[in-house]
Amino acid sequence: MADRTPVIVGIGLSDFPRAPHLDGVQHHVLAAQRAIADAGIDKSSIDGYVNAGGSGGGDMVDGAIAMAEYLGIDHRYLDGTMTGGSSFEFHVQHLASAIRTGLCDTALVTYGSNQLSRMGRALGTGGMHRGPSRIAGPMGYEAPYGNSLVGSYAMHARRHMHEYGTTSEQLAEIAVGVREFAALNPNAMYRDPITVDDVLASKMIADPLHMLDCCAITDGGGAFVMTTAERAKDLPQAPVYVLGAAAAMTHWNVCQQTDFTTCAGEKIAPIVFGQAGLTHDDVDLLMFYDSFTITCLILLESLGFVGKGEGGPFVAEGNLKRGGKWPMNTDGGGLSSCHPGMRGIFLIVEAVRQLRGQGGAAQVPDCEVAIAAGSGGWLSAIGAVLLGKEAP
Amino acid sequence: MSAGAGAGPAVGEVVDVGEWAKPLPGLDAVNGPYWKAAREGRLLIQECPTCGHRQWYPRALCTACGADPVWLETTGRGVVHTFTVIRQQGMPAFKAELPYVVAMVELAEGPLVFGSMPGVDPDLVAIGTPVEVWFGVADDDTGVPFWRPVP
Ligand SMILES: [Zn+2]
Repeated sequence: MADRTPVIVGIGLSDFPRAPHLDGVQHHVLAAQRAIADAGIDKSSIDGYVNAGGSGGGDMVDGAIAMAEYLGIDHRYLDGTMTGGSSFEFHVQHLASAIRTGLCDTALVTYGSNQLSRMGRALGTGGMHRGPSRIAGPMGYEAPYGNSLVGSYAMHARRHMHEYGTTSEQLAEIAVGVREFAALNPNAMYRDPITVDDVLASKMIADPLHMLDCCAITDGGGAFVMTTAERAKDLPQAPVYVLGAAAAMTHWNVCQQTDFTTCAGEKIAPIVFGQAGLTHDDVDLLMFYDSFTITCLILLESLGFVGKGEGGPFVAEGNLKRGGKWPMNTDGGGLSSCHPGMRGIFLIVEAVRQLRGQGGAAQVPDCEVAIAAGSGGWLSAIGAVLLGKEAP
Repeated sequence: MSAGAGAGPAVGEVVDVGEWAKPLPGLDAVNGPYWKAAREGRLLIQECPTCGHRQWYPRALCTACGADPVWLETTGRGVVHTFTVIRQQGMPAFKAELPYVVAMVELAEGPLVFGSMPGVDPDLVAIGTPVEVWFGVADDDTGVPFWRPVP
């Protein structure tokens, strides 16, 4: 019987961090072309398509329906799930099931956004409600108060500090470690080394988060191809196995968060590790959504890599840095390399690169298992994917 | 207009804050009474007559059991559960008030409520600070609950 274990066989990135020559749709296209070439498949063999939109054009421009048509994909499986930055971890969860059960054989996932070229760096603090003066739905309960994206994460950091004594210095260590990896990535947005003092001296955006606690705003796009282990036998790249995938949310709008020290990672960690039959010590690489330094800390704790409240001292010991116990965000992350708005796809692309041994100067030695963990919204929708070099 | 501790309106007071320039909620059948009550100086949450669950923001069902919730008037008092100080904001109506506190308030009645403290010195705010509500007038049907430290 054919081995329908889901595997990733192709990855692609568009041009980044600054690509004024591309609009959002073109980022999707360029990443797709590169992923298809990397996979060594015929475009006509793609029978599943997945896309979270997000380039700012709206569903009718770059949503799953619009892009499936634009790309000319004759699909029998389509998914447009949009959970913000974690969409792509949700997509892997859905596709793993679809591929196992035969709903499709070979699926393409794409993302693209010209966030930087279109809007400048306003995403985090530009005011989420610029447009109509009346805001429909639950966001109307936040609209009159002038919060920012940074502010929502800052409220998590503040409560975490209150309950566990976490410090700004500890959070800064996360930004410093990710920047060390960015220095090794010629395409990264910010490559100059930084220190803890640099982070603390950078402008306060929303207390207690400084500018260097916040991710970059860039252009960029990514894509990957998922198929069965059976089909992968005929393809040029060594397959990367989907060992587990789980996703859940605790709230969407930040006004509905009830525990500002954690996230749905607590719920999905036992599921994803259970599926894979692995423990945290089996993991060689963390690809965590680093929208803000606090995001990484809460993912680290909620996914069970350390106990609750232990994250601050743990990161301060350098455990997430190059050569540390769990190196994190080897591509330079969203903090320093590439964050066009929804970073979740880049977590998967970089994890695959590392598991193939294509990590270049940032290659993690003997990288056999990686976790990609995305956070969408305001630590709202969390997805985690365990990827491995060897068949499960 | 100042709403600093000891200097602002009394709890529940409805304050004319001049021409309203900030975004507002879209009013509908479910949320209308909430914003109208705020215009009249009352902060409402919902309570479920079936299971007792209390919730904010108002909805057409109880999120715990699915039954129809009813309105519950609060004391308008609570404590700061967590907060941030917004120091950068691109929207003009908010930019004019920088820096200001945005907070989650834990109501005496239980639920967490999202809001802000325009005009309050951020140094007066910490997690656990007792706070009380006041209401800014947006239009005839809409009052907006704001918070300040209890004097
Ligand atoms: Zn109920």
